Amino acid sequence: MIRKVRKHIVQNEPLIFERSSPGKNGCQLPALDVPLVDPAAALGAQNVRGEIEGFPEVSEVDVIRHFTRLSTWNYAIDLGMYPLGSCTMKYNPRVNELVARLEGLAWAHPYQPEALSQGALRIMQRLAGALLEITGMDAITLQPAAGAHGELTGILLVRALLESRGNPRKKILIPDSAHGTNPATAAIAGYAVENIRSNDQGLIDLEALCKSVTDDVAALMVTNPNTLGVFEENIVKAVEILHAKGALVYMDGANMNALVGIARPGDFGIDVMHLNLHKTFSTPHGGGGPGGGPVAVKQILEPFLPIPCLKSSGDSLTLDYDRPQSIGKVRAFYGNFGVLVRALAYILAHGGDGLRNATVDAVMNANYIRHKLAPYFDLPYPRPNMHEVVFSDDFQSKLGVRTGDIAKRLIDYGFHPYTVSFPLIVHGALMIEPTETESKQELDLFIEAMIDICGEIEKTPELVTQAPHDVRTTRVDEVAAARKPVLRWKP
Amino acid sequence: MNYPADFSYTKEHEWVKVDGNTATIGITDHAQHELGDIVYVDLPKVGANAEAGTTFGSVESVKAVSDIFSPVTGEIVEINESLASAPEKLNSDPHGEAWLIRVRMTGHEEIKQLMTASEYQEYVGAES
Amino acid sequence: MQARDELFAHLPEDVVLHRPLDLPAGVSEYEIVEYFKARAAENATWPSFLGAGVYRHFRPVVVDTVASRGEFLTSYTPYQAEIAQGTLTTIFEFQTMICQLTGMDVANASMYDGSTAVPEAAMMAARVTGRHRILAARTVHPEYREVLRTYARNQGMPVEEFGYDPKSGGIDLADLESRLNRETAAVIIQSPNFFGIVEQVNAAAELAHKFGALLIFVFAEAVSLGLLEPPASADIVVGELQSFAISPSYGGPFAGIVAAREKFLRQMPGRLVGQSVDTHGNRAFCLTLSTREQHIRREKATSNICTNQALIALMATVFMTLYGKEGLRELAVQNLSKAHYLARKLQPRFSGPYFNEFVAVPNVPVEEVNRQLIDRKIIGGLPLDRFYPELAGSMLLCATEMSKRDDMDAVITVFQA
Repeated sequence: MIRKVRKHIVQNEPLIFERSSPGKNGCQLPALDVPLVDPAAALGAQNVRGEIEGFPEVSEVDVIRHFTRLSTWNYAIDLGMYPLGSCTMKYNPRVNELVARLEGLAWAHPYQPEALSQGALRIMQRLAGALLEITGMDAITLQPAAGAHGELTGILLVRALLESRGNPRKKILIPDSAHGTNPATAAIAGYAVENIRSNDQGLIDLEALCKSVTDDVAALMVTNPNTLGVFEENIVKAVEILHAKGALVYMDGANMNALVGIARPGDFGIDVMHLNLHKTFSTPHGGGGPGGGPVAVKQILEPFLPIPCLKSSGDSLTLDYDRPQSIGKVRAFYGNFGVLVRALAYILAHGGDGLRNATVDAVMNANYIRHKLAPYFDLPYPRPNMHEVVFSDDFQSKLGVRTGDIAKRLIDYGFHPYTVSFPLIVHGALMIEPTETESKQELDLFIEAMIDICGEIEKTPELVTQAPHDVRTTRVDEVAAARKPVLRWKP
Repeated sequence: MNYPADFSYTKEHEWVKVDGNTATIGITDHAQHELGDIVYVDLPKVGANAEAGTTFGSVESVKAVSDIFSPVTGEIVEINESLASAPEKLNSDPHGEAWLIRVRMTGHEEIKQLMTASEYQEYVGAES
Repeated sequence: MQARDELFAHLPEDVVLHRPLDLPAGVSEYEIVEYFKARAAENATWPSFLGAGVYRHFRPVVVDTVASRGEFLTSYTPYQAEIAQGTLTTIFEFQTMICQLTGMDVANASMYDGSTAVPEAAMMAARVTGRHRILAARTVHPEYREVLRTYARNQGMPVEEFGYDPKSGGIDLADLESRLNRETAAVIIQSPNFFGIVEQVNAAAELAHKFGALLIFVFAEAVSLGLLEPPASADIVVGELQSFAISPSYGGPFAGIVAAREKFLRQMPGRLVGQSVDTHGNRAFCLTLSTREQHIRREKATSNICTNQALIALMATVFMTLYGKEGLRELAVQNLSKAHYLARKLQPRFSGPYFNEFVAVPNVPVEEVNRQLIDRKIIGGLPLDRFYPELAGSMLLCATEMSKRDDMDAVITVFQA
């Protein structure tokens, strides 16, 4: 029985261009206090454009109505749980939004004199210190703009270190359970990718790893816990194997929500890793970004960090560009400062114990779901899981229903789908991560929904295979969208 | 599905039809079925070289990409331009209208290594 | 259910942290706000004449009203189109408006920022042309060029720079031509350039095309698009949208874009939203052409990017709709007028046409100018010797619609002392 949602009428709304009316405008400028300059005279007529054809012309109330109506068509954390595995869709605290907008922080220009920017620099330093304590690493850069960007930075650091030793090497080893950004990153960093097969427990196969680690291998990219939510129990041995051959180990920090306060990557031998501030540290996803991907390293990689680095100079902070071995810059300026502020606010709110408690709750919630759903869904890898659990659609596919269909039916029950068909090592995967945010009530609603859907699969499978039904927008024809792409509005 | 007897087949699910020195190459019905609705085909330019065992292009569905491997070596003398605007032909007629490229082969040895229609039929029966 | 400790019993002993995290205890909301207020107070919030890639423009209130809605702020990437039409529709509108502004055929749903969009465009040009050399103008933002080098180094893409005309401040076309050859994948120019000068885009494009190279056009000051002729002769346009209601925020988060001609569509990096229909035939939007991206192509992806700066792009979209066709032009004309008022009194160093930024040479050392301005609680322009040693003694100044006449008069006074 569907308990989380009930039908309601939702506003229609055209595209903003279809709302336009000539002469309307939503923003008024103050009168000029200097003489008006004629563009053609100042720039040359050939440099001045004609009108911006098709650009919207609407009033402020049009703008408010337009975007408010559109927003009601979205699901969001504020409306309920996202069971998305490896996304860590936890609550986005609102105090974060307030502090990020404080004038002194929001309006700071990256080139303003350091003496007038100590507040910003101190925030960066405080966050850096906290993240180093959490990860057990020695040094950190806050520059990368997102997880994948952090991955690239990390691999470039590896390359720089190996180059300084005389040979950058050729290959990066990546488990077949890895997120797609890992091999894409390796390629952009100029490395070839070699896949490592997981063993029958879904973990890194040490024997296979041993064979694959040659003098051509620069690094292993590992996610821990892995994309099955399972801790790589042989991680210390795996690290030893890599280090023995002069290679390094990179950890994708996407699943840190299982480790904060419990175990530290630096302690189990990781040389370099990235963090996802928009996952573990509560900064909002905003519909797809912005994120933040700080990269923490062991001392051996410190000289190569992107410039500038934060340095103490007396009792003030300064940005140090004098770093001859640095890999350079991976983006302009210093990082997604606004995102860093939010992450620090989250850390301050929780404190050391609070962060650990969050991890414990996250792992407990995932295990509660596992325990309740295990009678209904196939668990391909029965090892203990941490903050997420991966089922397969094996039982249901025998009745002609796949993970993608179950996910769509979940929408009718008022939830966002879990992660479908990933990781690739599980056929028909259902990857579920509740996070610590969810109360027992929300978890129970989710569990009940999943169990009800299993019942529907037996009795009325079309209800599931044709889902969702009760939404404003039903399944979108992605084939047509790809065959004949229409990527912009035209009059 | 009927796999034409006058074609040869590869383990990567391509078919080849030989006419003198020219090989016409496409993907099999099994391949298009595995891919689902095909949205795009990436083909090489006429005049490029094909090499046996190396990819010459790819076929895309919404959620997956498959590389296509050439079974023979030679110069690509013709490509099927119609697939640019109608990739769905690969789903409806993979063995006929939706041929991909034509290659002027350097030799005939490579063809001899491929499977016959009945061998391929057994191969895909075993795979699924 | 197991006791809490049992949840972690399976972890290897040598891996578990056996002490609490060495971090202060959690604090209340009040204390968090106090902490950040104290930090904010240590940063100056004075009038400023800094530009150089980050611009002070008024942020209409409605931008945050919209961006703060939980359905936008706390929603996920729109992979499940049925429950993300809000986000998908706004991105489709965003893509459209970028095309309208830049004159390109397709635009993506945004990149991290302008600086990282540049190497993405360079890699695109390398894929399209099959060539590897990149020629970048020295008048492209220095930090953008540095980022380009970091990426290009590992892609086997040699980056060579060409100079500027010391009189006009625009690119040296002769220098460009002398360096172009049939190995060049792309020529990269920025307009208005780092000195604020409007470049000869068509001339640069003609040269590039003569050698079969692509022209990559970069913009750092998005407001200029409201007034300046769009780069119709460019093949790829990339840039930074920070000027469109994105807080300077000490350098990020911002949003970059990549826009291009239709024929380069499948080489575009980043997310793309396309129009389609649902099962009832209603217009609906979805992410499309995903096979270019990392989650499918993996090591053969056009980029490793996973994010699009959705919330930032949304702010820019709201800004663009609020100002609209006429408003954006009026805003740009105000910027032009303010900067020209200031520049005419200070004597620009370069003779080329400029938008809202220019280079000036004060009678006293630039450090002295800025020190005196700080005494008046004004932040002056950027001393250029940091990036262009040959321009030591010069300063890059920017005036926008937020610059008050009184403050500009103060700058003039200090300059002319």
